[in-house]
Amino acid sequence: MSHTDAAGNRARTGRNAVTGGRRHRRKHGEQPMVPDAEFGSYYGLPVLNAPVWKTPDVPGYLFLGGLAGAGSLLGAGAALTRRPTLQRITTTGSIGSALVSLAALVHDLGRPARFLNMLRVFKPSSPMSVGSWLLSAYAPAAGVAAVWAHREGLVRVAAVSSVLERFPTITRIAGTGATAAAAVTGPAVAAYTAALLSDTAVPAWHDGYRELPFVFIGSGAAAAGGLGLFAPTTESVPARVFAVLGAGCELFAFERMRSRLGMVGEPYDTGPGGMYLKASKALAVCGAAGAVLGRRSRVISALSGAALFAASAATRWGVFHAGLTSAKDPKYTVVPQRERLNQRRTRQ
Amino acid sequence: MTDTASSTGSGHDPAAASGYPDHPPRMGFFTDTSVCIGCKACEVACKEWNLIPEDGLDLTGMSYDNTGGLSADTWRHVAFIEQRKPIGVQDPGLQHTGDVLAMAEQGAATPPADAAMNPTTPGQAGEFRWLMSSDVCKHCTHAACLDVCPTGSLFRTEFGTVVVQEDICNGCGYCIPACPYGVIDRREGDGRAWKCTLCYDRIGAGGEPACAKACPTESIQFGPLDQLRERARQRVEQLHGEGVADARLYGADPDDGVGGDGAFFLLLDEPEVYGLPPDPVVTTRDLPSMWRHVAAAAGTLVGMAAAAFTAAAFGKR
Repeated sequence: MSHTDAAGNRARTGRNAVTGGRRHRRKHGEQPMVPDAEFGSYYGLPVLNAPVWKTPDVPGYLFLGGLAGAGSLLGAGAALTRRPTLQRITTTGSIGSALVSLAALVHDLGRPARFLNMLRVFKPSSPMSVGSWLLSAYAPAAGVAAVWAHREGLVRVAAVSSVLERFPTITRIAGTGATAAAAVTGPAVAAYTAALLSDTAVPAWHDGYRELPFVFIGSGAAAAGGLGLFAPTTESVPARVFAVLGAGCELFAFERMRSRLGMVGEPYDTGPGGMYLKASKALAVCGAAGAVLGRRSRVISALSGAALFAASAATRWGVFHAGLTSAKDPKYTVVPQRERLNQRRTRQ
Repeated sequence: MTDTASSTGSGHDPAAASGYPDHPPRMGFFTDTSVCIGCKACEVACKEWNLIPEDGLDLTGMSYDNTGGLSADTWRHVAFIEQRKPIGVQDPGLQHTGDVLAMAEQGAATPPADAAMNPTTPGQAGEFRWLMSSDVCKHCTHAACLDVCPTGSLFRTEFGTVVVQEDICNGCGYCIPACPYGVIDRREGDGRAWKCTLCYDRIGAGGEPACAKACPTESIQFGPLDQLRERARQRVEQLHGEGVADARLYGADPDDGVGGDGAFFLLLDEPEVYGLPPDPVVTTRDLPSMWRHVAAAAGTLVGMAAAAFTAAAFGKR
């Protein structure tokens, strides 16, 4: 039996795990195009159990979490600098994506009815526990911030206007406080998902833990900035700068990660992961260029924003799939560990 | 820190680090693969005792191993590896003299000259060996599955083992990619994560785990971990003395990347040949550094927003 892995390489099955002559002949009959990867494995089977997280739930959550967190920063800045349309767009986008991402997280559970068990304990050793608590603090703040941003439109609702009139100070404190609280917790929401992926035995995720947070916040900033580009050009300048900075940060951090990872980073180039990441790069470059060059046109700005949005989503899908590939191929687990072990032995 | 975090616990006494001041000795498995005969009694006993559902009756076509690997529904897995490598000659230790035993001396109806090997003629050192090994959850000193579990469903027992509380698990699946050995998994149609409990119910009542009880060759040995480690050390020395230079322990070193395994092995080849990672490291060992990088990235995001609004303010003027 021959066993061909995801990358098309033939793993050494067992160790000389060939018994009969028939197998031997068959092996000669189907010479692989790529030379045999020189590593031991058990019939080419994976060492790790691959993540059972579903698509689009988890990559979607990574994307929306980044969008929400970075969006709250833009929303707070817009409130401070009196850009009401930008504030409305970004705060609405933030709470919307926070709610959808929470739904995605619950849907991904094997036992969705038990989602509240996430708040049974607080464990700093578990990024998922930290993230659950973070989202519980963030989502209500982002919600109030969005309502506050829409207060002028909501005045027409009788109940809202009576509350605004009767408790002007309290509503102001609640609104601005929530906007600030969302801006404080938002960056953590956007960044922690990198630790969520890295704190696993999946080689492409774990070994990228230094750069992955910067890839993710850059991607989040590009998406939130892209959303802000839908605001009128008079208000969207900060979103434009934010989006371009974010796209640059993402591309730079990703290239650093890719060059540092060596063979463990191969799934970021090939297969579904590589495909999404190539699309992401192209979209990010186009979106950033459009954001700068089309700054006087609201249509070009909005198109650029959409491209940045798609780039951010493609990044998360790409990173997610690259991790799955690296977990399913024993090569990425065995080869680096074997090298590490051999180096330690020669040093002794 | 919560009482369930283990990678941050000091020393090699996970039960004490998890809040059991007076606890029984740490219990574990020593799986001596040099005497495993591949009977799979451990797999069956485990399934029966723990009421594990059937998970496919497939033929893998690769060897006598039709189980494949550890999963939510396989807590013991016997690996079969065929190699073109001599394992040494087995001497039956029987001496036969006299005509009465002529037939028996011959060992079989086949004359010794025509038989490669029979009970009285050991034969030559062959160019073929078969490795068999019963894999199981390692019950790590620093257990990544336990560290990353957000619900506290995975916990450390007083025996130093790691167990899932199925009434709490919400099936988030985080433990699955966290395990460096590919042990724990989510059960189809059930949604929760399952793995070996080292028969918590049996050992709590003074018994031994079902697999160890069923093992006919004592390849699976259960007992206090320090005793098992001493016994394993002696066994390796014995095998080396008998010329089995390949014998080595796997997971017995308390200073390895997972702080030593509660279930460790005597192997006759490199670990990856058995489907085991050669140098596993608990992923949470790098978590403090991960959090620092996350904090730096979050700060960078705030900095980029500040820069964006500052640039916009300057652009207006």
